[in-house]
Amino acid sequence: MNLLDKFLILDRRWVFLLMALAIIIPLLLNITLPFTPDKAVEAIYNELETLEPGTRVLVSCDYDPGSKPELQPFAVALFYYLFTHELSPVITCLWPGAPPLVESALLEVTAMLALDGRAAPLNHIDYVNLGYKQGAQFVMLSMGSDMRGTFPLDYTGTPIDEIPVMDGIENLNSFDLFVEISAGSAGTKEWVQTVQGRYDLRLAAACTAVMAPDCIPYLQANQLFGLAGGMKGSADFEKLVYDGTDYIGQATIGMNAQSFGHLVIIIFIILGNIAFFATREKR
Amino acid sequence: MDFTFLQSPTIIQISGWIMAILTLLIFSFLYKDNPFYKFAEHLFVGVSAGYGVVIVYNNVIVPNLVTPVMNGRAYYLIFGVLGVMMLFKLSRKLHWISRWPLAYVVGAFAGIQIIAYGQSDLITQIRATIQPLWVAGDPVATLSNWLIVFGVLAGILYFFFSKKQTGALGVVTKIGIWFLMISFGASFGYTVMGRISLAIGRFQDLLEFPVISTIVLLIIIAVLVVHTIMTREPVAEE
Amino acid sequence: MKKEIPLLITFLLGTWMILEFFFHNIPHVDQITEILTNGGMVIAAFTYILGVMNILQVNANRIKHHQDRPYKWTLLVGFVLMILLGFTWGIDVDSPFQWMYNTFYVPLQATMFSLLAFYIASAAFRAFRARSVEATLLLVAAVLVMLGRVPIGEEWIWSRLPDISNWIMDYPNMAGKRAILIGAALGAISTGLRVIIGMERSYLGGE
Repeated sequence: MNLLDKFLILDRRWVFLLMALAIIIPLLLNITLPFTPDKAVEAIYNELETLEPGTRVLVSCDYDPGSKPELQPFAVALFYYLFTHELSPVITCLWPGAPPLVESALLEVTAMLALDGRAAPLNHIDYVNLGYKQGAQFVMLSMGSDMRGTFPLDYTGTPIDEIPVMDGIENLNSFDLFVEISAGSAGTKEWVQTVQGRYDLRLAAACTAVMAPDCIPYLQANQLFGLAGGMKGSADFEKLVYDGTDYIGQATIGMNAQSFGHLVIIIFIILGNIAFFATREKR
Repeated sequence: MDFTFLQSPTIIQISGWIMAILTLLIFSFLYKDNPFYKFAEHLFVGVSAGYGVVIVYNNVIVPNLVTPVMNGRAYYLIFGVLGVMMLFKLSRKLHWISRWPLAYVVGAFAGIQIIAYGQSDLITQIRATIQPLWVAGDPVATLSNWLIVFGVLAGILYFFFSKKQTGALGVVTKIGIWFLMISFGASFGYTVMGRISLAIGRFQDLLEFPVISTIVLLIIIAVLVVHTIMTREPVAEE
Repeated sequence: MKKEIPLLITFLLGTWMILEFFFHNIPHVDQITEILTNGGMVIAAFTYILGVMNILQVNANRIKHHQDRPYKWTLLVGFVLMILLGFTWGIDVDSPFQWMYNTFYVPLQATMFSLLAFYIASAAFRAFRARSVEATLLLVAAVLVMLGRVPIGEEWIWSRLPDISNWIMDYPNMAGKRAILIGAALGAISTGLRVIIGMERSYLGGE
């Protein structure tokens, strides 16, 4: 058995180890490579720039810790942008694991605002976390006709009529903009299918990398006006939002480890193919 | 009760220890399936099930069932009854009772899906495919539109003709397969990207507690080595 | 009766959900839909509880039969702890429930998912072979997309790589995905119709 044969049956734990090193070393070395934000992410940022102060933006956080590294940085950057531009997020969740992540993101943004010397955003006045609802498309349709009936109480039980930021909000059409952060089903696909066309919503999505290629047809058909796919999409958005500040977002920091991770996989694919074709005759 | 002590440096340090231990216990599966991983896996199932019940109760049952009933809309009790009927699915003798609420959910979803798929994935997507095949003065746009129109048609032809695909149809559907392969490749590339991002996130969290993580890692490696040696089966003579 | 009533419920709900789309401007149609969708949410919530009850039932049985006892007890302790904390002190951002979520749930679930990074690397190494034109197309598209989406591709290899990756995503990938989308839509619509008219009744189970 020669070296190539041995390489082909390499114990997968060596692949695991190299993969781990390819991620850890760039994180430790703090290497930073520049990158250009994607046009579909810029579209989200540009749309946010057109909003008047005081506008309420619907943000549906449909993810859980399983995809936190990809989507939480987007949520943090989005909330930071909204609060620094006097815009108010109204947050809903279709994934049971989401509401406490939303709370964590809000806490993180509050700390960032304190560093900037800005006042902390006030719950129920500057934002509201309406919490989780089970039933995906049922929830979407229900929000389309009566938001207050769908969410009679917020995440921690405050009646909706006692929440000033919800004043005048009747249904999905009460929002000028809807940003959806999604890790799967129920998420981007269901929002687009069930309510985007029906209520003619201005909808943008930040989704996991796994979902992003499936969402491209919706982007091309203008069912979504912007799309941030995976950690790179979040890093692009962070770059746009934190431009001119001292902040470097978690996704941006992760991008370099991402680079080396991809490189390792590509090298493995190429070497695997070379070894395979070089030893094919023998087999 | 006041729980501000949960934000104290000591508790944050303890959380760091627990987080590092749990993360590395799960990672130990990469070496091989072992009791540490199994422990962490079961803990996760228990914690997430308990978590889910609390959230579903607080965020759905109370606001969307209890509150409307308290506000005088007694007919919401019907949904509560249907919900309880759903629980009969676990009964061997009375599981048929769960068919009523199941029929409700399945029927409503079927209706919603027909409209949703029809409006979004069928009509809007077909409409977006109808592109001009000649864009004056813009050869790139012309080529791109050809790719969209031809690619979508070829892909659909490949799906829909169950008869033997030969001749001109064979050529077109072959190209349809190529488009599908490129899109599977793109999906694979993005999937790799997503999975690596998740691993990056874990290492970022571990590196927030570098000392704790290193100590825990060394302990787990040591225990795994000992465990491997102790549970090793004698090698059979060839 | 055990099957007729459920089939009738399916037919009525399904038909209503289709028709209400076309007639929701008629007075009260919207309100009825609102009540029905709210009802759907409540029933769906009970399906979650059903799932949890199922997990508990299976694990209690295992404990009874002395199978994997320490692990099953771990599961039950985790479950009871979360329930007690959540129902006793609430779910506020500074509650013990949120602390448990941050300290246990987040690292456990996030790490569970991150294991896939390692397995996909190993799978790519073992199974990704350019054996045919189709497989080569898949491989080349994957490599170009992987390089085009990270800084190293743009900075170290070729500054136009992101454009190439975006072009692949926006045209050939888009066309392939759209063909799948349209095909799946037709499938979903016909399945939906079969469910509503009672031709497809596997969801009702046996007997």
